[in-house]
Amino acid sequence: MTLLQFIFGYFAVMITVLSLLMITRRNPVHGVLWMLALFVHIAGLYILLNAEFLAAIQIIVYAGAILVLFLFVIMLLNLKKEESVKKFQKHWPVGVGTGIIFVVFAVSIVRKIEVFPQLGKYTIEAIKAEGNIMTIGKVLYTKYLLPFEIVSLILLVAIIGAVVLAKKRI
Amino acid sequence: MVPLSWYIILSAVVFSIGVIGFLTRRNLIMTFMSIELMLNAVNISFVAFSHYLQSMKGQIMVFFIIAVAAAEAAIGLAIIIAYYKNNPTIKVDEINLLKG
Repeated sequence: MTLLQFIFGYFAVMITVLSLLMITRRNPVHGVLWMLALFVHIAGLYILLNAEFLAAIQIIVYAGAILVLFLFVIMLLNLKKEESVKKFQKHWPVGVGTGIIFVVFAVSIVRKIEVFPQLGKYTIEAIKAEGNIMTIGKVLYTKYLLPFEIVSLILLVAIIGAVVLAKKRI
Repeated sequence: MVPLSWYIILSAVVFSIGVIGFLTRRNLIMTFMSIELMLNAVNISFVAFSHYLQSMKGQIMVFFIIAVAAAEAAIGLAIIIAYYKNNPTIKVDEINLLKG
């Protein structure tokens, strides 16, 4: 077992345990805090895969923006009385069964994969020569320029939509 | 060297934990957080494939997924607040106006 495999094992175990903790907490605030630790570990996994830019984005956008949004909404909705009732729906065995069936199928399919497409030109040496962010930027602003602009439009729609939906009277 | 299948299996496990959380929790906010968990699981497999196939497409895709997830979280939480103003509950099984 090499060092890389050991580090991956640490991240994998922590991610699984933290996501299990996250979905079973009664108090949503505790769930959000476990989710914060989970996102930090996922960012570590990205660094392990030579994707530093995405690791930074993961911390900034998910841990910084989305989780704060969740915390604000939990604060806005006064949920004190909701905490005393039971936290799972009464058909929870169906949900657990669905998840277990999914993971069994996925694992058995992954073992059968044999065909892989041709390797691309972005080897580790090529990325190392000019840096991960520069490589992503070059691809993003040339080949994927139109999708990039569409994403900015989606974010604009999200801003307007959030304001309109949460406003008292339009 | 870590095999690619380890990453894919980890991604599948996290995704199914997200599915379980989505289907079983009663709190609407926890349901929403499970959706974020599922998106993250997909991101893990995208980045892993991007690394092992030496292509940048996976990382670009993750970039877009994170942007769309941010938009989705903002809109969804705004809908939750708008609903909570009308009926003060966020239990999933009590939101049944469309049940007929």
